[in-house]
Amino acid sequence: MAIATGNRPPIGAIDCDIHPAVPSTRVLLPYFDDYWREHVLRRGLERENLEPSSYPANAPINGRPDWHLSSGPPGSSLAAMQSHLLDRLRPSWAICNVIHGAQMMLSEDLSAAFCRAINNWIRAEWLDRDPRLRASIVVPPHSADLAAEEIARLAPDHGFVQVLLLAMTELPLGRRQNWPMYKAAQAHGLPIGIHAGSSFRHPPSALGWPSYYLEDYVSQAQGFQAALNSLVTEGVFVKFPDLKVVLIESGATWLPASLWRLDKTWRGVRAEVPWLEQQPTETVRQHVRLTLQPFDAPPTEPQLRTLLDQFGSDRMLLFSSDYPHWHYDGDDALPVGLSPELIQKICVDNPLETYSRLKETLR
Amino acid sequence: MDRHVVGSVTDIPPGGRKIVTVKGRQIGIFRIGDEFFGLINRCPHQGAPLCSGEVVSRLVAPSPGDYRLTRAGEMIRCPWHCWEFDIRSGQSLCDPDSVQVRSFDVAVEAGNAVAEGRFIAERVEVSVEERYIVVTV
Repeated sequence: MAIATGNRPPIGAIDCDIHPAVPSTRVLLPYFDDYWREHVLRRGLERENLEPSSYPANAPINGRPDWHLSSGPPGSSLAAMQSHLLDRLRPSWAICNVIHGAQMMLSEDLSAAFCRAINNWIRAEWLDRDPRLRASIVVPPHSADLAAEEIARLAPDHGFVQVLLLAMTELPLGRRQNWPMYKAAQAHGLPIGIHAGSSFRHPPSALGWPSYYLEDYVSQAQGFQAALNSLVTEGVFVKFPDLKVVLIESGATWLPASLWRLDKTWRGVRAEVPWLEQQPTETVRQHVRLTLQPFDAPPTEPQLRTLLDQFGSDRMLLFSSDYPHWHYDGDDALPVGLSPELIQKICVDNPLETYSRLKETLR
Repeated sequence: MDRHVVGSVTDIPPGGRKIVTVKGRQIGIFRIGDEFFGLINRCPHQGAPLCSGEVVSRLVAPSPGDYRLTRAGEMIRCPWHCWEFDIRSGQSLCDPDSVQVRSFDVAVEAGNAVAEGRFIAERVEVSVEERYIVVTV
């Protein structure tokens, strides 16, 4: 007898993290402007694979076996995604988050050019071809001004519902140099999505470079803790009181312990950061959301309930399948042990509250 | 509840404090300008001698980087974990609704009133020319 490892999400759930992959750099060529197309061709960049090494192709977690394609990386075919995910789980919407070397490039201008091309590509080849799809705006994270320009360019298209960053970039995310991105995002009512990953300006562990993929993968949680601590302590949510942040593929079990340390220490050193008038956990509950998969849930239902109690809020989790990554089998994208009320919150209410643009039926 | 004379107003200069013992309780008497306030000398967090901590101001910032010093000399900071409390109300800054230090009513009375009224002043010499700090415990 099979043991239930999960539950099927309800029809109409909102999938807050799926990963279309750029099949090859060459497909982006029509989406550059003339200058940057010539630049790319002169350097032969269209022949390069600019996929980040964060997702080694053979690591099972990065592509479910039955979702592998005959050609191209998992997630690179719209037709396959429709048949694997959209037509099976039947979500109301699914939010496309493209993770690409564009977000890691050292040249701010080249990074911006690639991000513009990717955004143009996802709009033309995915959003325009399936009304269930929405996307995050990919931005050059190391140039806040260029990122803000890209946000302003695409914000009028309500197919874009979020701005996408990586957890580990050149500077801790809360630093003031990054604020033009947050200002633009708030002005357009767009949440900031912070996806697992690094632009590798620094080792993913604070100790130095890990030797193994396992270390790298698990250390991502440290990166999220540091990113969240930075956003809170630098006062981003005081400066931008309407800003929402979505931690994507962050896992969840680290959060209560990390917030406990933050609250406890804040009580004694509050005066150092006098803009933090309220307990940091309250700020996080108001402003921060987390996508579900990969859910590093504890093994038993009572332990899961303890974890959810420690969150102190049923508004924080957002359903995600993380397609095409392998975190569940069949259609059982939800962990077992969630109450029907919480499933409704996670799958529908919380995403709608977070991504208010989804409430508009037309793009 | 009795009214206890714990000293002359000249014992505590503005900005100063004096820790007194009344009915076996240690109470910190604080002077802010010409007003007096009393707090139990025990932090509600872990029992530290709160009133021996540093008297500080309330540092605020309506926005990151917009630093403002307010309520100069009106906070007491616990010597153990640096939690701050409002001397006027006993409320903590970190959790004002649920973490509070017990406060006592403190008044200033003229010497002739003290000499004639129902006060407990066994350790204070009372003179009619002076004004006295009276704490209700």
